[in-house]
Amino acid sequence: MPPRTCALCNDARAILKRPKTGQQICKDCFFWVFETEVHNTIVEAGLFKPGDRVAIGASGGKDSTVLAHVMKTLNDRYDYGLELFLLSIDEGITGYRDDSLETVKRNQQQYDMPLKILSYDEIFGWTMDAIVSQVGKKNNCTFCGVFRRQALDRGAASLHVDHIVTGHNADDIAETVLMNIMRGDIARLGRCTMICTQGEDTIKRSKPFKYAYEKEIVMYAYFKKLDYFSTECIYSPDAYRGHARAFLKDLEAARPSAIIDIIHSGEAFEVREEVKATQKSQQTCKRCGYMSSNDLCKACTLLEGLERGMAQAAITDRARKRLDAEGPAPDNLRTIPFFQNSTTPGTSTPVALETPS
Amino acid sequence: MGSQSIPTVSVKVEFGGGLELLFANQRTHRVALLARLPSPASGTAGPSNDGQSDVAVAAAAAGRPADVAYLIHWLRDNLLTERPELFVEGETVRPGILVLVNDTDWELEGEGDYVLKEGDEIVFISTLHGG
Ligand SMILES: [Zn+2]
Ligand SMILES: [Zn+2]
Repeated sequence: MPPRTCALCNDARAILKRPKTGQQICKDCFFWVFETEVHNTIVEAGLFKPGDRVAIGASGGKDSTVLAHVMKTLNDRYDYGLELFLLSIDEGITGYRDDSLETVKRNQQQYDMPLKILSYDEIFGWTMDAIVSQVGKKNNCTFCGVFRRQALDRGAASLHVDHIVTGHNADDIAETVLMNIMRGDIARLGRCTMICTQGEDTIKRSKPFKYAYEKEIVMYAYFKKLDYFSTECIYSPDAYRGHARAFLKDLEAARPSAIIDIIHSGEAFEVREEVKATQKSQQTCKRCGYMSSNDLCKACTLLEGLERGMAQAAITDRARKRLDAEGPAPDNLRTIPFFQNSTTPGTSTPVALETPS
Repeated sequence: MGSQSIPTVSVKVEFGGGLELLFANQRTHRVALLARLPSPASGTAGPSNDGQSDVAVAAAAAGRPADVAYLIHWLRDNLLTERPELFVEGETVRPGILVLVNDTDWELEGEGDYVLKEGDEIVFISTLHGG
């Protein structure tokens, strides 16, 4: 088969077939279109303004590693004027997170960005290893998801950043659309395709890779020889998501535009106001100050269950009633440090960053 | 090599993105395959490496030349140490695994039909692991 010429520059040899367009392009054109499309996504959604402090949620995996690289590249190329940080959460999973954090520490040097690592242990007093030893491997993803969300917000508040960007890509979003449909979670369906989410009280979060295909992210990392970590979480048998992912990959193999098509379908759903209103209004958690739709936030409820040896309490209503029947939480219960959402720089103590090793 | 030796094609295989875990946690492997697939119709040795006419004649007798599809099956049967369903699905790699032939997307090289040449580098990368 003769070498094929790049469809964009008509000069160099093509090395990649783009899943989105079917175009065959060369390496340099690939880097350029990939970066430019992310730039266009950022500009069209008006994600940033000059002077913003932006934390990149960094796991050491492919998506966040490529995101850090691309954010740095675009910030320099187009003069966004952003101050970029790496923010990592240490869930306390031996043999998994400790290795991926080593990758993040190398990224800190490679990209010359300040890094903040926050652990479940220091915020909640529990590592995932300890949680799994109590609750088993069935519901541990619930704990991890709730704790990670709050840990990222707390890390962002301590860095006084305005904004957290995460590496969620088009495949992830399409998968979430499918899962929300399959679960009948229409309120979430309306939100999951949004590129940027911000409640009154929450730190802005956005997904610059919303339209970036996983294939291209992995190819980008490969051709740029980026240093990333790729091991499945040892506790992650989220079977439902696994099926959704396998189904999506089968669809993509048959028709590569399926991923973008599903995102567009998700965007096109009009969610009725009554359905949106099933989300309760936000207040702050009476115990830890984090935003919550109940008196106690999810993290405090989960933590109380763990501390009182009734970890199921926050997962099912019946178990919660059993916990309540045991009486109020004891005074000496371990709680989460009070949350202060201080996004104004200079109003609180300086942050302890990781020292580059 | 004497004239009796069976022609082989040797290629470099690399695994990434977590796939190496299925292959004894080793990223790079050198493998030598029969240049032509053993075929029930052929009892004779394959063609020599030079001489196109020989190739054409022998092609009918021996099986098809070793291609990437054959390599995938060979890897599953000979190098894979666990969970074959994470590598192979049906006749090809599981969806979500990217394949590169000499640093080019295999979708530009005919995918499984690409015929292996001596010294080729074939890379398999899983996209399914972690974010
Ligand atoms: Zn080009
Ligand atoms: Zn709370």
